[in-house]
Amino acid sequence: MLTKRVIPCLDVKDNRVVKGVNFLNLRDAGDPVELGARYSDTGADELVFLDITATIRSRKTIVDMVRRVAENVFIPFTVGGGVRTLDQIDELLRSGAEKVSVNTAAVQNPDLIAEAAQRFGNQCVVLAIDARRSKTRTGHWQVCVKAGSEPTDVDVVEWAERGEHLGAGEILLTSMDADGTLAGYDNELNKAVSDAVNIPVIASGGAGTLDHLYDAIVKGGADAVLMASITHFGNYTITQIKEHLRDRGLPMNL
Amino acid sequence: MIVVIDYKVGNVESVCNAFRHIGCEAELSRDPVRIEKATGLVLPGVAAFGYAMEALGAAAEPVQRAAQTGKPILGICVGHQLLFDESTEYGPHAGLGLIRGTVVPVPPEQTVPHMGWNLVEMPAEMDLFAGLGPAKHFYFAHSYYARVEDARARIAQVEYGSRLTASVQKGNIYGVQFHPEKSSTQGLHVLKNFHALCGKREA
Repeated sequence: MLTKRVIPCLDVKDNRVVKGVNFLNLRDAGDPVELGARYSDTGADELVFLDITATIRSRKTIVDMVRRVAENVFIPFTVGGGVRTLDQIDELLRSGAEKVSVNTAAVQNPDLIAEAAQRFGNQCVVLAIDARRSKTRTGHWQVCVKAGSEPTDVDVVEWAERGEHLGAGEILLTSMDADGTLAGYDNELNKAVSDAVNIPVIASGGAGTLDHLYDAIVKGGADAVLMASITHFGNYTITQIKEHLRDRGLPMNL
Repeated sequence: MIVVIDYKVGNVESVCNAFRHIGCEAELSRDPVRIEKATGLVLPGVAAFGYAMEALGAAAEPVQRAAQTGKPILGICVGHQLLFDESTEYGPHAGLGLIRGTVVPVPPEQTVPHMGWNLVEMPAEMDLFAGLGPAKHFYFAHSYYARVEDARARIAQVEYGSRLTASVQKGNIYGVQFHPEKSSTQGLHVLKNFHALCGKREA
């Protein structure tokens, strides 16, 4: 049986892992390669590295980091943040990333998803969506771009469906309302998206307790849970998380 | 020296990294001379089927020749699918035809791609799994799988709604649908076993 995945997310800025609240107030959480290797050794199923600066200068740093991670980590990892072209995707995959996530560039040019899927296979194309609850339409969420700073008119559920149709192999769904708050995932959002698509959905943003993770999978219908604050700062180990989920009846790779 | 066939696209470096990590020599190449000299060949698991087959290009023939001489060949993910006759991914594409079978979509009743860690039941007689016990979790990421139609092939399976081919072995030809280079210690163990098979032939 396919197990549920526990995925620590490493937001990277100036070659350090950082974590904020609602995308602001960043705290330092260590060296990305060291932290990645530690998560891999302690049972993480997968890792996500996001370049949160995503400038031309940071691009080269990230490729170097991906190479070093790939030499030390033997579980899959996704890299994203500011990815705009097929050549950038190719460079990250060739450097050792298993998957690449696209966000803003895909909203601006949806064909990027289709082209990447045809060339690299859809399993390595992750559509990252930053979602914010709509203030005007209840039960709807807006896609936000440029690291969440810019709301668009695009509806999250419709965009997820379109992304699947274009060839995305997975959706990394971040609730900007919940991110970093430790108050729980937005499971209404997770459910709306996971019901609408047939590709895996990774729930992200808001994990604070072990039961939050369970709820994202059971109530939110997520295939995987992403977390940062609760594992980076030592509140829980990956093993504690996985044992808890297993004890509550979920299939886990332990 | 194991040669990992370089398709010039996608994540081919990870397989070399994994071999290096376990102290095995491996190099990335598509040079027919290097392929001929190699103790074993790996077809890595990146790109879509058609793209990988096209990228293989002129290297396809030396690989097929090596297969006939008894050189161990390991296909990973899409590389495993290339071992078969054909695939329907993005239209029909011919494969290497080393093992009889067709590559078809994972049944859509399940979430597709089949992505994540799933339990592989490993028949004791399959060389790649020596020393690993009856079942272990490995990392999968695929939307197609190989329907094996070759009576001489042994297979290991994984449960995902229906039973899908997780691994195949026919003589010196080995395939794994999962990614051993991304499957933690048990994955590295599979690569060690493959390296040992290559060494046996050399000695």
